[in-house]
Amino acid sequence: MNDPIDRGRRRFLAVSLSASGALLIGIRLADAEDGEVPPELLGDDLTQLGPFVRIERDNRVVIGARGCEIGQGVMTALPMLIAEELDVDWSQVRVIQLPYGYVETDQGASNKYGDQGAGGSTSVRDGWKELREAGATARWLLVQAAAREWNLQADQLRTEAGQVIAPDARKLTYGALARSAAAIDLPANPPPLKKSEQFHIIGRPTRVADARDIVTGRSEYGIDAYTAGALIAVMLRCPYLDGTLDTLDDSDARRVAGVRDVIHIPGPKPDEPFKAQLADGIAVLADNTWAAIQGRNALKVTWKQGPWSKESTSALAAKANELLDNNEDGVAVRRDGDMDKAKKQARYKVQARYEMPFLAHATMETPGALIDLRQDSALLIASLQSPDGASEMISSLTGIPRRAIEIRMTRAGGGFGRRLENDFVGEAVLIAKAAGKPVKLIWTREDDLQHDFYRPFGVHALAATLDRKKKVTSWSHACAATPRPYRENGRKRRFFDGCLEPDDFPAGLVANLDKTFFSVPSGMPRGWWRAPIHTFHAFSVQSFVDEIAVATKQDAVKLRLDMLGESRLIPYSGHGGPNFDTGRLANVLKICAERVGWGVKRDDGHGIGIACHFTFGGYSAHAFEVSMEGRDLKIHRAVVVVDIGRVVNPLGVEAQMMGGTIDAISTALHLAITVKDGEVQQKNFTDYPLLKMAEAPQAVDVHIVDSTAEPSGAGEIGVPSAAPALANAIYAATTVRVRKLPLMPELMRKL
Amino acid sequence: MQNPTERHPPIAGTPKRSATPVAPLAITINGKPYEHDGDPTMPLLWFLRDMLRLTGTKFGCGIGACGACTVLLDGKATRSCLLPMQNAAGHQVTTIEGLAAEGLHPVQQAWIEEDVPQCGYCQAGQIVAAVDLLQRKPKPNDDDIATISNLCRCGTYPRIRKAILRAAESIQAQKK
Repeated sequence: MNDPIDRGRRRFLAVSLSASGALLIGIRLADAEDGEVPPELLGDDLTQLGPFVRIERDNRVVIGARGCEIGQGVMTALPMLIAEELDVDWSQVRVIQLPYGYVETDQGASNKYGDQGAGGSTSVRDGWKELREAGATARWLLVQAAAREWNLQADQLRTEAGQVIAPDARKLTYGALARSAAAIDLPANPPPLKKSEQFHIIGRPTRVADARDIVTGRSEYGIDAYTAGALIAVMLRCPYLDGTLDTLDDSDARRVAGVRDVIHIPGPKPDEPFKAQLADGIAVLADNTWAAIQGRNALKVTWKQGPWSKESTSALAAKANELLDNNEDGVAVRRDGDMDKAKKQARYKVQARYEMPFLAHATMETPGALIDLRQDSALLIASLQSPDGASEMISSLTGIPRRAIEIRMTRAGGGFGRRLENDFVGEAVLIAKAAGKPVKLIWTREDDLQHDFYRPFGVHALAATLDRKKKVTSWSHACAATPRPYRENGRKRRFFDGCLEPDDFPAGLVANLDKTFFSVPSGMPRGWWRAPIHTFHAFSVQSFVDEIAVATKQDAVKLRLDMLGESRLIPYSGHGGPNFDTGRLANVLKICAERVGWGVKRDDGHGIGIACHFTFGGYSAHAFEVSMEGRDLKIHRAVVVVDIGRVVNPLGVEAQMMGGTIDAISTALHLAITVKDGEVQQKNFTDYPLLKMAEAPQAVDVHIVDSTAEPSGAGEIGVPSAAPALANAIYAATTVRVRKLPLMPELMRKL
Repeated sequence: MQNPTERHPPIAGTPKRSATPVAPLAITINGKPYEHDGDPTMPLLWFLRDMLRLTGTKFGCGIGACGACTVLLDGKATRSCLLPMQNAAGHQVTTIEGLAAEGLHPVQQAWIEEDVPQCGYCQAGQIVAAVDLLQRKPKPNDDDIATISNLCRCGTYPRIRKAILRAAESIQAQKK
């Protein structure tokens, strides 16, 4: 059993033998006392057909889910793609989470499962062809095995519900064929895929594959992993941006029962590229989490303020507005037509500025990692979005080759872009190296809100001109923001990437158009926050379209449709391109308007607002019906219409649209991270108040456009058009235009 | 951070214990007796997770704001991150793992049927809070349901509402 392949199989089996399946991968195998699965249990009763599929003799099918499950549903949708082409009943299928599949062979480095990361709404799009091919290949092997068994030609056979069926109606289950199928060589080319009319799993509403484990508390998240001998680490980080340790007295901390060690982990230098950790900090290592927290509380530390000690949100806003007022030295993001001429000929001019706050990700499961560094190998168990990044980081910090780094991916308690960065992995590695012991790093909520890669802060200045027929003749969008790229020296990203998209609406639709970016210097770490660029600028663009409609007395839906014009493809260089289909955006907008009852005169004080947006290959429109009840905002209706091409799991897409809409409401109404004297001011959910059920709409009316276009992702598109639709609805109900997020404090100030 | 014992009101009937207990603290969890001889101020949450490896009860905020750590204490929904072991001792605790003696509790079943979980991290706490609600309000209206203050970052609230109504019906049907 020393052959590496057999070892891999044994590990796989160990999972299958654990009653609750994949979710025990992390704990059980890491637990020394748990022991390994006896070899005699291996062998005959399992057969693996390629990296994703295993068929057991009783005809149960185990399908590996390769993606990082952060709540976006890939643990269900990706195995559905495989099961469809394998031609089994979904009820036969058990899904398990696959570990990280990095391998090095003669051909170089690769991942035996393909792309496992979660970002940019690409999981289904990337898996659409290759995972169906994986299923089709396993099916092909089973059919070949049956053909040999019966001495028939493979093309005479058909399959159904996990059985191969001969022309004379003889049947063999996949389970009976699996052993011989596994001995057959793989086909030279992937077998042909089903036609969409033959789909019986793709497109069918399917519940979360591992829901039973979740509702019984057996599901394993990164924070649930324990390994023998690991100490729990909690860190006290410098609260000042790029500040450093001044004095440390850890004598009281070391006296706390259960505390084993206190270690200073120096932070990065101000201009250094990001490589491991965000902040200077003191790690307290203890036998259990509470002892580590108590030890941290007992530290006596003073910090030196860093180079950003004067940074504050109000100063950032002033700087952004100053840059926009001066309008000098901006980066030309896009220039179309002749703005001066358009302005001279204008009949109407409209302009407005919108302010966007920093945002934290606030994943329900805080960041953390369990790391075990051995002589020349390492084990990481963590909730991740970028296992590639985690593997690279561990290797760069330890010198351990990537092929010797094992990563067990767990279900993650939310991602929203937070886990695209692996600073928490880097910290855990640095602590484990210094401690010489396995370490499980736990972040508290305070750590999480104060040390995030925040969505950028910025001010958008929009201006438009219209001719006497009220047609938009020019559009100018200047954005002054803390650039999204953070400590990225050496990487070739443009400073406006993540803040202003050159080809977004209404680029290509208005002949004279300017987009300009101004960098606002800041020490705040910046990162990707769910539909990053789109949540950052769609609020301003879609609020501004509404303002134009109001200022020029036009219908806000008709204005949008007029701007979109006839149905056509417009080149789109950003993520989700290469084209943007005006017809598909117009379609979701029209359906949304119809569903919300747009244009119906109201006398009940309720206001309706609408907005639409193109995000990562998908098209969305949101509408809300709201009213003010005293100083409370009441959301009576929430409607979202999306076109994301072919839908793999309608129930999952509905969940993403409902959840994305509520995430957007939560964020738009209340959430902001602010900075003062170089320190983040928010500490916990008391001052970063996520929406509670009482404030959320009772229901979200989700409509998914029936489409046969190539699938795009669902994880992010439910967010961007919601906030502007809500602000537009608030205007309709109150005639107060809110141009600064979050909405509620600003609305209260203006009412 | 404050000492949690100062923030959490002592539970009626619990004798106040000294900082160094003479005897281990006794507690019943999911029907089984356990003892704790460590720090009496350790919140029940970390005893469940770090000592018993009952990891279904989640850490979310540490200040009782999010409800991810909700358990039943003598049948009542309680934030375990704020409950020191010295105050939990002598009580009956039910965690998500112990909600149903066998199979699934009707609330868990309804959660699956309504396909509630997204990331799933808060759902154990949501389910425990819903079990408590349905014990007090077997036929909850919308406002009753909205008294649940547990946070869900994924925005599953509309499906939580439907699942609670479904569970209420199923519990009523079982009683008949």
